[in-house]
Amino acid sequence: MESSVATPPAGPAPGATPPRRGKDPVEGSATWQLSDRIGLVICWALGLLFCAIAVAIVVYLMIQGLTYLKPSMLVTPATAGFGQSESGGFADAFIGTLIVAVMGISIALPLGVGVAVWLVEYGRPTALARITESTIEAIAGIPSIVLALFGTVIFSSTALGFLSRTSEGVVFGRSFFAASAMLSLVALPLVVASTREGLSAIPQHVREASYAVGKTKAATTRRILLPASRPQVATGAMLGLGRIIGDTAIIVVLLGATQNFAPVGGAFPFNYLRGAGTTLTNFVYEASPTGNLNQPEKAYAAAFVLLLMVLALNAAVDVVHRRARKVGTWSS
Amino acid sequence: MEFIAPPPIKRLPLEDGAVATEVPPAPGGFTAARRSIGAPQFSIRRMEIDNVSVSYSNREAVKSVSLPVRQGEVLAMIGPSGCGKTTLLRSLNRLTELTRTATLSGRILLDDVDIALIEPTSLRRRVTMVFQQPNPFPMSVFDNIAYVLREQGSRRQRKKALEPKVHSALDRAGLFEEVKDNLDHPALKLSGGQQQRLCIARALAAEPEVLLLDEPCSALDPQSTQVIEDLIVKLRDDVAVVIVTHNLQQAYRIADHVAFMYLGDLVEYSSATSLFNSPREQRTKEYVSGAFG
Repeated sequence: MESSVATPPAGPAPGATPPRRGKDPVEGSATWQLSDRIGLVICWALGLLFCAIAVAIVVYLMIQGLTYLKPSMLVTPATAGFGQSESGGFADAFIGTLIVAVMGISIALPLGVGVAVWLVEYGRPTALARITESTIEAIAGIPSIVLALFGTVIFSSTALGFLSRTSEGVVFGRSFFAASAMLSLVALPLVVASTREGLSAIPQHVREASYAVGKTKAATTRRILLPASRPQVATGAMLGLGRIIGDTAIIVVLLGATQNFAPVGGAFPFNYLRGAGTTLTNFVYEASPTGNLNQPEKAYAAAFVLLLMVLALNAAVDVVHRRARKVGTWSS
Repeated sequence: MEFIAPPPIKRLPLEDGAVATEVPPAPGGFTAARRSIGAPQFSIRRMEIDNVSVSYSNREAVKSVSLPVRQGEVLAMIGPSGCGKTTLLRSLNRLTELTRTATLSGRILLDDVDIALIEPTSLRRRVTMVFQQPNPFPMSVFDNIAYVLREQGSRRQRKKALEPKVHSALDRAGLFEEVKDNLDHPALKLSGGQQQRLCIARALAAEPEVLLLDEPCSALDPQSTQVIEDLIVKLRDDVAVVIVTHNLQQAYRIADHVAFMYLGDLVEYSSATSLFNSPREQRTKEYVSGAFG
């Protein structure tokens, strides 16, 4: 068999300039098969559509929000009255959102980070780790209304009566405590997933480098691994917070969805936290044309406030990521 | 649709009768590489590897190896990939224990005490290690060293109190002059060679008695490699140095004693000059002349 090595070079004589082509045909899609090109067009169209929807939501809410939102709404509680001008603002709902956000995430964040650390760094016995993983996935899949229903069972038990309003031995099971506890379950899987991702991305030799100077696993986790996965933890917290402030089902069932705070007896913060209340999502629902209050202008204003909160969270996470980039990461 | 035919593959035409030849290896093996190390001033036996075998599950990675580790000398472990040299190195500070499937038999002594009886964290402060990939912690240059000096997870001991020790560790690793103006610089933004020297400084900050280096230069450029090699040679009087390397020339340049391992066996252990220039074993001869590996 003749070897191809011996084939004399084909093509133009040496020294001749190669023919110029306008565009590299491999780069452009002009030479692709028709089906591939159609696929490409669909992908483009979907991408643009998605952007258009997002922009439409933000722009529409912004216009509506800027038109109807008055700063006074954030400090005036809702009151009974005829017409939108007489029924006050949504101060209680706004503060309620802040309360469940803070309480919910302050349960979900340490718990979620702890679970993630255990799963990634310890994870023994393996069977228990697998079960934990599946449990968290299951919680992530449970609709929040189901969690809410389950919450009423737990929090209306006599033993947990101190967490909500009671009347003649009947525990109502509706309070900021109850709602925040169940909302933290909504946020937990997101915190766990994100933190695990961050920890798993750290090369094994970085852990070993810390062990190799005599550090324990606990010290390594606390001083090296968790600081290194700070951006992912922040992302998880942000996603979790987004879910908490966006949830309505748990608010309706476990917070009572009263339009104002309904404090019960006790010392200052606890009288409010043990009582019923509402949040912005519930306010938007009630104020929307289909709701009981039917004051769409305020629904837009409240929705705009919610949107601003989410955008602020995004910006905060961005800052954490940018700081982490300044510190740098390991070359793989 | 019209596709442009790809151009024909160009091959170098060979003249009739011409054959491709390999460049013959330089005669005399390693005399071409320059030894950058003089005779040791002294040598004290610090560690003793006594009949050590390490297995992962049921695969034996290191088979009954016995070796001395001496202060005042650089010991290089060479051998092809998978020959067990890194495993042996990691067993010297009980890092192999982190691999759940690993089991070790035999004894490793540090100053005549079995290391199995020493608490792992205190052993690892006496026998520190530098890894193949530069892996500073994601914090400032100063904090990287301070982390080692502080008690476990604590933040106790103020910056001021730690300053002299941090400076001296950086100085011993030959990095202080380059970073002294900005010790708050993020360590991961240093160059690769500087990062690796920071890792050496970090390992030295624990005031170790033995320094283990696992292919410390394999991710570095030749200039950084030379800086680190010079540093290793300088360190051998203060700590016993054990280096694992793929680079035979490097072993020749900086080691006093060389251990050649192959498939888990210690094939030959002798002084660098005799191992490279007049190997006793056939396999050593083949390996150092480039016949395999």
